[in-house]
Amino acid sequence: MNTINKILVGIAFSPNLKSNLFEAVRMANMFDAQLIGVHVGEETDKKKVQLSDLLEQAEPLKNSFKTIWQKGKTVDVILKTCTHEAVDLLILGALQQEKLLKYYVGSIARVLTRKATCSVLLMIKPSVVRVVCKHIVVNGLHNDKTIKTIKSAFDFSKHLHCKKITIVEEVSKSELHVEVNDDRTLRKSTIVKERIKNREDMRIKNILNEINYEDISVNTQSIFGRRGYSIGHYAKVKRADLLVMNAPDKIRFIDRIFPHDIEYILSELPTDVLIVK
Amino acid sequence: MSQKNTFKTFIGDIPKNLFSGFVVSLIALPLGLGLALASGAPPISGIIAAIVGGTVVAILGGSNVTITGPGNGLVVVILAAITTLGTGADGIIDMSQGFLYTLAAIVISGIIMIALGFLRLGSLGDFFPSSAIQGMLAAIGIGIFAKQIHVMLGNLEANGSIIELLVQIPEGILNFVNTDNSSVLYAGLVGVISLLIMIFYSKIRNRSFQLIPAPMWIVVLSVGMYSYFELFSTAPYPIEKNLLIELSDDILSKFAFPDFGKIYELSFINAVISITLIASIESLLSIKAVDKLDPLKRRSNVNKDIKALGLATVISGFLGGLNVVTVIARSSVNVNNKGSNRSANFFHAGFLVLFILLFASELKKIPLPALAAILVYTGYKLASLENLKKVFRVGSEQLIIFLMTLLVTISTSLITGILVGIIITFILHVIINKNILLFVKNILKPNVLMFTEDGKYYVSVKNFSSFLNFTKLKSKLNQIPETEEAIVDFSLCDFVDHSVMENMSNYAEAFARKGGDFEVIGLDDSKSGSEHPFALRKILPKQMIPKKGVLTKRQKNIQKISEEMHYAYDAFSAIEMEELPQFGYFKTRKIDKVSNVLSNDNCTIFDVQFSEGEMIAKQVIKATMFHIHTQREVPNFTLDKEGIFEYLYHFAGFKDINLERHPDFSKRFYLLGKNEAKIRTFFTDELILFLESNKQYHIEASKVGLLIFSNERLASVKEIKALAYFGASLRKIIEKC
Repeated sequence: MNTINKILVGIAFSPNLKSNLFEAVRMANMFDAQLIGVHVGEETDKKKVQLSDLLEQAEPLKNSFKTIWQKGKTVDVILKTCTHEAVDLLILGALQQEKLLKYYVGSIARVLTRKATCSVLLMIKPSVVRVVCKHIVVNGLHNDKTIKTIKSAFDFSKHLHCKKITIVEEVSKSELHVEVNDDRTLRKSTIVKERIKNREDMRIKNILNEINYEDISVNTQSIFGRRGYSIGHYAKVKRADLLVMNAPDKIRFIDRIFPHDIEYILSELPTDVLIVK
Repeated sequence: MSQKNTFKTFIGDIPKNLFSGFVVSLIALPLGLGLALASGAPPISGIIAAIVGGTVVAILGGSNVTITGPGNGLVVVILAAITTLGTGADGIIDMSQGFLYTLAAIVISGIIMIALGFLRLGSLGDFFPSSAIQGMLAAIGIGIFAKQIHVMLGNLEANGSIIELLVQIPEGILNFVNTDNSSVLYAGLVGVISLLIMIFYSKIRNRSFQLIPAPMWIVVLSVGMYSYFELFSTAPYPIEKNLLIELSDDILSKFAFPDFGKIYELSFINAVISITLIASIESLLSIKAVDKLDPLKRRSNVNKDIKALGLATVISGFLGGLNVVTVIARSSVNVNNKGSNRSANFFHAGFLVLFILLFASELKKIPLPALAAILVYTGYKLASLENLKKVFRVGSEQLIIFLMTLLVTISTSLITGILVGIIITFILHVIINKNILLFVKNILKPNVLMFTEDGKYYVSVKNFSSFLNFTKLKSKLNQIPETEEAIVDFSLCDFVDHSVMENMSNYAEAFARKGGDFEVIGLDDSKSGSEHPFALRKILPKQMIPKKGVLTKRQKNIQKISEEMHYAYDAFSAIEMEELPQFGYFKTRKIDKVSNVLSNDNCTIFDVQFSEGEMIAKQVIKATMFHIHTQREVPNFTLDKEGIFEYLYHFAGFKDINLERHPDFSKRFYLLGKNEAKIRTFFTDELILFLESNKQYHIEASKVGLLIFSNERLASVKEIKALAYFGASLRKIIEKC
C-alpha cells in the first residue's frame, strides 16, 4: 500500500451513518488524506442537509470533503469511483444489526474486497467516540505480498498510535510432512514444527529489518492450522482491534463453495479487517 | 535410545511375553471356537482368525500390547450375513454355502480396512456418538445372549429374530427342566455349570485356581469328563455327537475358500458394510482402551494397526477364517500377565497352532453348551444393567439415545440401528439448543485454533463441539506431547456434547499418566443436566445464571485447592461486584458476574466476566483475577511489563515513573500513577526485589485494594495456584511495610 492520500467512504443513509462517517473523518485526519463520500442513489436536499449536519458535528476535517452522488448498482458505482478518483483506501462500515451485518458483509463487501483495486477496511464496530486501537494482528504468510502488508500494518499503527503488533505466521498442515500417529512421529513432528517456527521467525525478522518501528512492541506467533482461518480465530481470542491481511491471490468460483484463506475471515469478521492491495 | 538397546530390551522381554502369550492362548482357544460357532461358522474359522491375526498384526501392527483375533461384536453380523447370503431362491438356508459367501464379504471388508488405514480414516469410530455406540454394543450383547442361552441349555434348534429368541427363553428353561432326553440334560448341565464357573471365577481368590483362565477350566473339565466316561465308567458318554464340537481330522490341510459369486448383490454389499463398520469400531475402541492399560504408556499407531488388521482379515478370509479385530478382553489378560510388546500376540498365535496340532482329537470332546456358556457370559457383560446405569448417570438424554439405538438394532439391523442413533443424537442436540442453524452453518467450518504461549499449548474451540466435528479438535490435540501442559478453552463454544466431554476426560487421564497437564476451561457458565463429568454442556447466556448449578471439573478442582489453601469457596460473590468497578481497569468495562470465588480474610481470587463495547461490537471476556483488600492506604498506580500497553490507557497522560535506585526494575516494569511521591515511598526495596524475582503480573492499586491478573482469560487450576501464591506473598510484604 502506498501512502494514503484519498479515502473513499460509502454513504448509505442508515442508522449508523453517523458512526461510519465519524470513523472515516477520523481516519482521513490521521492520515492527512482527502475524504470522498459516495452515495449510490438520488441526490436530494434532505439528504444533503443531513450529511452536512453530521459533518459539522464531527471533528473538523483537515482536507476538503467531496461528495459524489450517482445512481446505479452499489458495487459498480463504488468500484468505478475507486479507479476514477485513484482512491487509496476504501472504508466499508457494517450495519449495526446482526442479520444485516451478515448480509452486508456476505455480499457487497465480499464482492468489493474481491474486485477493488485499492485497500479495503471493513469495520465491524464503527464508533462515534474514538476507541483507541491497541493491538494489530497482521499475517506473515510466506507470500510476496506479505512484505507490503506488514509495512502497511506498521504504517497504520503509526498513524493510529497503536503500540502493539503481532505478526502471525500460519503454517498449513501440508508443510509439516509428518503425520502424528504414535510417540515416534509425534516427537518428529514436534521437532519439525520447532524448526519451521524458527525458519518463519527468521523470515519475519528479515522483513522487520527493513522497517523502522521504534516504540511499537512486536511479537511473532506461529500457528499450525488452516490458513486464513487460524489468524481470524487468533485475532478473536486475543481481541485484536485490527486484523491486516494480504489481498487474496485469485478467487475462483470453487473457493466460494469451499472457502479458504480470506473467505473465512470475510464470512465471520472477527474484528475490523484491513485488506492490503 | 539406540537401536541396539531396543533390540536388547526386546530379547530380554521375550520370556515374559512368551508366558503371557501362553495364558492368552488358553482363553483364545475356547473363545475362538465359541465365537465361530455362535456366528454359525465352522469352529475352526475362529482359531484361523486368531492365528493369522496374531501373526500378521504382531509383525505389521502399530500397537504394542493388543491381542487380535475373532471379536464378540462380529458374531451377530456374521451370523446375519451367513443366513441371508445362504438363503437360496427356494427359501432354504444352506449354512455352509452361506459361509463361503460370507468369507468373500470378509475378504472385501479386509480390503476396505486397508484402504481406510491408508486414507487415515482409522478413526471412523469418532464420527459416532458414544452413547449410540454403547447402545449398539449392548444390542450385540443381547443378540449373542439370546441365541446362546438356548444352545447352553442343549437346544440347537431355537431360531428366529433376537426378540423371538428372547421371548422363548422361559419356555426353553422349562423344556430343559422337563426334558426326558438324557443327552440334552447332560449337555445342558455342562452348560449351566460352565456358566457358573464363568460367573464365580473372579470371586474365587485362589492363586493356583486363577493360574488357568475360566474358559480354559471349562475346556479342561469337559475334556476330563469325557475321559472319565471313556476310561473308568462302564456307561457310554451321555452326550450325543451332534452336541459336541465338529472338527475335521485334517484341520490344517483343508481350508474353506471364499465364493465371490454374490459380490454384486445388495445383501452382499450390506454384509460387507456391517462387517467393516463393526470390525473398525470394535478394534478402535479396544486399541484406545488398551493404550490406557499399557504399562509403558506408549501411544498406538491406529492407522497402521487398522492396515495390519485389514491385511490379516484378507488372509484369514482366504484361508476360511473369520474377521480379525483387536479384542479388549484378551488384551487385558495379556497386560495383566505382563505382556510388554507385540511378540506376546505372536506367541499366542503360535501356541494356538500347537494346541490344534496336538490336541485336535481332545477338542472334539468339548460339548457345545460349554462354549455357549462362555458366550452367554460375554453377551451378558456387553449388555449388563451396569452399562445402562452408567449411561443414565451421564444424563437422561443419553439414555434415550442408548435405548433407541439398542431397540432399533435388535429389531432391525445393525446399520439401521447406528444410523438411528446418530440421527436421534443430532435431533436431541438441536432440541437442547433450540437452534439448528448453529449446527448447519458451522459443521463444515474449521473451529479449532491451537498455538503455544509461554510454553503452554492453548487450544480454543469455537461455535460448537460435538461428535460431528470432533475429529477437527482431535487432530489438534493429538499433536500435543502428553508430557506438556495443555489448556482447552471452550468459552467461545455454545455447546459441547457428551462424546467430546468423555474424550476430554480421556485426554486428561493420558496427560496425567505421562506427567503432563490437561485442563478444560470455559465451561463454568454452562448448564448441564447431571452431575456426571461427561454430561453434555450448553453455555448459558449471561442473564440466566443458575444460583445452584452443577459444578464442572474445574470448579470442583478449585474447590479442592481452596480447602488445601484454607480459602473459602463460593460459586458467586456480591461484594466483588460492588468493589471491582472502582478499579481503573473496569472504568470502561461492564462487569456481568463474578464467580468461582476463593477468599480468606482479605484476599479473594475469582473469575470475572465482563464486556467491552456495546451492540455488535460487544465482546464478552472472562478472566481470573486476584484482589487484595489492603489494611493500609495504597496510592493509586498500575504496574505492568514494559512493552505491554493494553491496560494502561486510562492512565493516559502519566509518565512512566523511573526509580533511579533500581534501573533494572524500571527497565522491566512500567509504573504509572498520579501521586509520584507517595508511589516512590510505597515501592520499598523489599517489594521491588519480590516483584523482580517473580512472574510479571499486571497489578493495579486503588482505594479498595490491589488487583492482580496475568492474561485476559480464565486461568487453569495450576495458574490459579500460582496466582494465589503470588498474591498472598505480595500481601504479606505490603502489610509489613
